[in-house]
Amino acid sequence: MTPGARRPDLLPALTPLIVAAIAAPFIGSLPTFVTLTVASLAMGAMLFVMASGLTLAFGLMDVLNFGHGAFIAVGAFAATVVYQFAPHGSLATDLASFVAALAAAAVVCGFVGYVYERLLIAPVYGRHLEQILITIGGSIVIEQLLLALFGTEPLDLSPPAAFRGALVFGQIAVEKYRLVALGLGVLLYVLLLLVLSRTRIGLLIRAGVENREMVEALGYRIDRLFTAVFMAASALAGVGGVLWGLYQSQARAGMGADLLVLVFIVIIIGGLGSVTGCFLGATLVALIANYAGFLAPKLALVCNILLMVAVLLWRPRGLYPLGAK
Amino acid sequence: MRLLSGDPPRGWPARALVVLVALALAATPLLFHGAKPLEVAEKICVMAALAASYDVLLGYTGIVSFAHVMFFGVGAYGVGLASYALGPGWGAMALGLAGGLALSAALALAIGLFSLRVQAIFFAMVTLAVAYAFNVLASQLPDLTGGEDGRSFRVPELLRPGHHFGHWLGTAVTGRTLTYYLVLAGAAALFLVLLRIVNSPFGRVLQAIRENPLRAEALGYRIVFHRTLAVIVTALVAAFVGGLDAMWLRYVGPDTALSFSIQIDVLVIVVIGGRGTLYGAVVGAAVFVIAENYLRALIGAAATATADLPLLPNLLHPDRWLLWLGVLFILAVRFAPRGIVGELQRRHDEGRRS
Repeated sequence: MTPGARRPDLLPALTPLIVAAIAAPFIGSLPTFVTLTVASLAMGAMLFVMASGLTLAFGLMDVLNFGHGAFIAVGAFAATVVYQFAPHGSLATDLASFVAALAAAAVVCGFVGYVYERLLIAPVYGRHLEQILITIGGSIVIEQLLLALFGTEPLDLSPPAAFRGALVFGQIAVEKYRLVALGLGVLLYVLLLLVLSRTRIGLLIRAGVENREMVEALGYRIDRLFTAVFMAASALAGVGGVLWGLYQSQARAGMGADLLVLVFIVIIIGGLGSVTGCFLGATLVALIANYAGFLAPKLALVCNILLMVAVLLWRPRGLYPLGAK
Repeated sequence: MRLLSGDPPRGWPARALVVLVALALAATPLLFHGAKPLEVAEKICVMAALAASYDVLLGYTGIVSFAHVMFFGVGAYGVGLASYALGPGWGAMALGLAGGLALSAALALAIGLFSLRVQAIFFAMVTLAVAYAFNVLASQLPDLTGGEDGRSFRVPELLRPGHHFGHWLGTAVTGRTLTYYLVLAGAAALFLVLLRIVNSPFGRVLQAIRENPLRAEALGYRIVFHRTLAVIVTALVAAFVGGLDAMWLRYVGPDTALSFSIQIDVLVIVVIGGRGTLYGAVVGAAVFVIAENYLRALIGAAATATADLPLLPNLLHPDRWLLWLGVLFILAVRFAPRGIVGELQRRHDEGRRS
């Protein structure tokens, strides 16, 4: 590294600690604070899984999918179908059915994502206005199809017995499922980073994010690459939907539209296109949501909007914006 | 012509369509009896004015806002809550409207300054989040807004259904009739103001920014300033329309004033009617509201006819009306981006050139 090279920008990475430090005195009791913080980290991990695909697809192709929320719902419903047939009982079967539910959601959402990308998004590459309009249309259609297929009542999606209950350390109780979600979220984050930094596909994606025309000029079909990224993004949304559905113990056709708001806040805060920023943004949003939800429940969402405003005032392009664009 | 700011719909088919809608709206209380046609006509007036103001953003300035209905709701809540708190009266309504307008302008300024600085696509995301938070906030403050239930309120004596002015052409003229004409006149006036705005130098700059932001900026027009001003002006119009609608409904609540589905309706109306034409909003609103009220029954009939087949009755259930609307919307964006009025005008223009 030459002396003139940029030092790694660590300040944004400290923001979750700052938020936690500010909130701690207001919350008072330590067990409550720890419980809330662990809950936030789990929620943040789930939000990250839902948001990461969206931000990646935007970074690569400048495509913002307003129907991303619908894929979250599709994933949750795919999981309800798996759980209908899955055997219950031992730890092994519970784990197997959980993995099967995640896989089913990823496959179904990946497939729907392929059709969606080819039919709706491919014709409007590079035109933001049309993209927003057509993906809004797509989200309506998917949500209504879910209502037509599964009915208007929310479906039960309780976590399997192995994930229920809590681990107790002294006065601090931590729900098992939250640890599962947190672990899976961190795992996916590390996997994504590894794929992006260590594989050929990842290299192409990073190159495409930096300079799309140049990658095309070198002879790579970036639209095909994008279709693959979009399918992965949809699959991630579906996995996130399973995690969130199990967390809420239900699958609703409207859940995606509700979550999309948080997902947008996450990727705006993180910086559009940045995976690390997305992880930080998700953690921040979840921390604020849980602390505010405890201190002033009615203002939780408003606090997140204020967080977004504060971050944008500080860094107009988000915490970790992409360089050259 | 002066009234239309020298910008009438081009070509007789588009012109005839707009005139037909306007005449039908003006004559509804005389032509039809009963409450339903008047409800439908009022909805068309409100949606036409609301969609026209949205078109200034979407069609003329080229930015997508999801908070437009929030401003509509602010105006509606202003009139509703003031009338509820201060008792029925013209003064209360005016005060509420003024408050709603002021809050709308302030919110629009804040949103515009924060989110239009960086990228236009931010604006769509930020407005979505803000509008959603506002909706949640309105339903979680029951002491102020009536929460999920909303607030029913009373209007001035003159506007009540029980107030009879007498008979004209065999129709009873009541306070409702007067209210309807107030809404119609208000909506028409706002529409003409919008038409004036898009044909003013300011409106031309908006279109220049839509076509080529870099070039507009190079010519010395500040993009953020013009876009933000467009958001504020259209927010004011939306709030005004919201006040008119609240006066008609004598009720404000999240479902009638802030719901995201109204935002989708407005989006669909502008796209199907024709972006960037203003008249498209009028035609689109008429088509949409009539379809919403009368085609639902038709879809329902199709569902009963296919009751024995699998899945199809579910897809044709009247509550799945949005599904077909979504499909129609996608097809419109993809294959008829000019919308009804835009398409009619294009045909006329091509006919004249050849």
